[in-house]
Amino acid sequence: MLLKVENLIKIYESGFLRRKQIKAVDNISFTVKDGEIVSLVGESGSGKTTTMKMILRLIKPTSGTILFNERDIYTIPKKEYWRSVQAIFQDPFSSFNPTPFYKVDRILKLPFKLLDKMPKSEMEKRIKESLINVGLNPSDILGKYPHELSGGQMQRILIARCLIVGPKIVLADEPTSMIDASTRAIVLNLLRKLKDNGMSIIFVTHDVSQAFYISDRMLVMYRGQIVDEGPVEEVVYNPKHEYTKRLMKDVPKLYERFEDLK
Amino acid sequence: MEELEVEGLRGFWQSRRSYVKAVDGVTFKVYKNEIVGIVGESGCGKSTLAKLLIGLVEPPLQYIDGKVLIEGIDLYKLPEKKRRRINGEVISYVPQGAMNALNPTKRIIDLITDIVKEHNNKYPKEQIYKDATKNFEEVGLSSDVLNMYPFELSGGMKQRAVIGISVMLNPKILVVDEPTSALDVSSQKVILKLLWKLKEERGMSMVFITHDIATVRQISSRIIVMYAGKIVEIGKTEDVIYNPLHPYTKMLMSAVVSLETEIRKRKIEGIPGAPPDLSNPPTGCRFAPRCPYAASMCEKEPPLIDVDGDKKVACWRVIK
Amino acid sequence: MYASAFLSVVRKSLNLLIGLLIFLSIITFSIVGIMTAKHGPLEMVDLENLPPSPQRLLGTDSFGRDLFVEVSFGILNSLRIGVMAGLIATFIGIVIGATAGFKGGIVDEILNLFTNVILVLPALPLLIVLGSYLRIRNEYFLSLLIGIISWPWTARAIRAQTYSLKTRDFIDVSRISGLSDLELIMLDILPNMLSYIVMAFALQMGGAILSEAGLSMIGLGPTDIVTLGMILRWAYLWEAVRRGMWWWIVPPGLIITLTSVSLLLINIGLDEVFNPRLKRG
Repeated sequence: MLLKVENLIKIYESGFLRRKQIKAVDNISFTVKDGEIVSLVGESGSGKTTTMKMILRLIKPTSGTILFNERDIYTIPKKEYWRSVQAIFQDPFSSFNPTPFYKVDRILKLPFKLLDKMPKSEMEKRIKESLINVGLNPSDILGKYPHELSGGQMQRILIARCLIVGPKIVLADEPTSMIDASTRAIVLNLLRKLKDNGMSIIFVTHDVSQAFYISDRMLVMYRGQIVDEGPVEEVVYNPKHEYTKRLMKDVPKLYERFEDLK
Repeated sequence: MEELEVEGLRGFWQSRRSYVKAVDGVTFKVYKNEIVGIVGESGCGKSTLAKLLIGLVEPPLQYIDGKVLIEGIDLYKLPEKKRRRINGEVISYVPQGAMNALNPTKRIIDLITDIVKEHNNKYPKEQIYKDATKNFEEVGLSSDVLNMYPFELSGGMKQRAVIGISVMLNPKILVVDEPTSALDVSSQKVILKLLWKLKEERGMSMVFITHDIATVRQISSRIIVMYAGKIVEIGKTEDVIYNPLHPYTKMLMSAVVSLETEIRKRKIEGIPGAPPDLSNPPTGCRFAPRCPYAASMCEKEPPLIDVDGDKKVACWRVIK
Repeated sequence: MYASAFLSVVRKSLNLLIGLLIFLSIITFSIVGIMTAKHGPLEMVDLENLPPSPQRLLGTDSFGRDLFVEVSFGILNSLRIGVMAGLIATFIGIVIGATAGFKGGIVDEILNLFTNVILVLPALPLLIVLGSYLRIRNEYFLSLLIGIISWPWTARAIRAQTYSLKTRDFIDVSRISGLSDLELIMLDILPNMLSYIVMAFALQMGGAILSEAGLSMIGLGPTDIVTLGMILRWAYLWEAVRRGMWWWIVPPGLIITLTSVSLLLINIGLDEVFNPRLKRG
């Protein structure tokens, strides 16, 4: 099993003496196989982003284990882990360091820190290849500043950054919510293509329609717990939990109107 | 009768060296008691259009020319004072992100009082409270909310409050810009139902501006598609979705994700390229650079023409 | 091309323009004085207590020294101490502020406590106590002394900025690319704060010049060079006020004040340039 999450809990404590406890993630368990797209669907506050950051080792769990290829991720050296597990975040613009003299090339050079030292020519070759793999022309991209590019281009550059190390899993946190519909389709199709090439993707989103389009399996999170899971068409058309039932009913469809608004 | 009639409307943003031609010749009508959706991607000019519709024109935004007729009255021929009174009493506007712009230090009833008093100084306090309670009931909020501060309300409640405030003075037309974008799916549905209810019970007309077609089509009777500062297509909601005429509309409909199995099995397609720079828009059809059907005739700008009765398209291929 | 860039910067901030003008005038004054000097600043060259005249632009002091030359060299040395102390204070402020802000938790608490203690210590008495222990008081020791007392404000500002920057996505992106904490601070956080750092330096330098003047006036100034504060000390000791020798007191005093004010204006001006507020209509 590529990724196994077991009894993951994250509790935030606030207040000095008040000891207020917030269970952001409340005992969840799930698995991810090779070459599948799993979506983690939930509204804001459901715990999906916290879960993602724990899998990414950016936040430490309160308790529970995360196993990558049957090894507890905290026993794997960070650099080795991140060669296999990478991520893209919601706002492409804020994923680039806003320092005025940093070009977009910088972000593509960063991940080489995770790899063994290699000659400059090899680095440049890999960067160019990864850009082509996401459908971008290197001469349109290299040497430019982030503000000269569109959201869709930036997000694809960020995907290219992940590809440089050749990860097994890519976590994507609302990767298209800040992009227009016309470019969104390009990015979603690109993610589907990556899966066809053997990568697994954990797609974290509140947008049920996008999750439906792209994933094999869907996990529905509500208040820190997984309330529904299974093959995507089953979860969408045959939800078991009350929350999921209501959620699916409330999603606006393109080809029909809500019952009560006819 | 038309509630709202727009003709050749142009409004530009002045930047240091040039004009950004955000709305560049827009013509359409909104009839009595209908909800019209204005749909387009970022940069198409729809939010600028909203501001121009109610006369909210402050530098760097400039009104250039064109007519906005609200119940027959030409908005831009009115003196400034009268134009400001129209805002709220005849046509009302809920801007994008309004729910997050509520003054956090004032209670809801105080916010309402401020707005009402700007229009009519003599409005007595008790009357304001009574009317506010009635309006808020209509939007599904209890009168307790009036005494609360914005931070005490959830996202959905705030948006309902904002809409409730905007219809306090009984405007005939409501312009809403992305009213549901920042809300979760269930709250979105609540707002859609609420807008529908206001339209039915008060006989209002609405202009619903958004990038999310699946959302607006739930309550709109007609859809206007904007691209690069211009209208490219107008038609009945179902027609635009099932039988889009303009190549941009066609490609846009193919790019939309939706919870329908047909879409999952069929691939969605993006539109390569990017919209033109509106400080220097191309002459001729503005979509031509990205259009798979572009031909030499597209070097001349296509007019927005009636086709098939109640549809309008701006595309030479269709017009022929 | 440079002229238009300069003009666009200046248009954004009158404060910056005025501050720079004053500062540069003072430096020019000093350069002119140093280059036209035919003798050292502390040499006796004329009769004592002479008021200003065409030959002696600022007159002479009670040692018969040419005040114009004294003040010119005084500016140079005061500025040198200001720069050194400013650099030391800014550097310490960055190290402590960035570390506290980035690491958070217990490290932050400890460094915060330390910062607050230094902040609360009365600067002048402390400088007096420490200064009086130093056998040799040259400009380097003095700069060090002033520097290690005045960094807390910079540390606070840097810490706050670091705190707000570290939650941004681009930090996470660098983290999962394998950058160490030190690399994150040096390559991702500090470059974003360059404008802040420059502003902090301007402030620190202004404050350092005042501190040096204060120390010198009470007799704890450098023992081997002339600074503006030292001139004022001598003026005080030789009762220049009672004797009506305004040319001994006003020029150095005024220049100390103007230098500090100009640096403050530069700081405000840089803020206006780097962080422009949205203009109304």
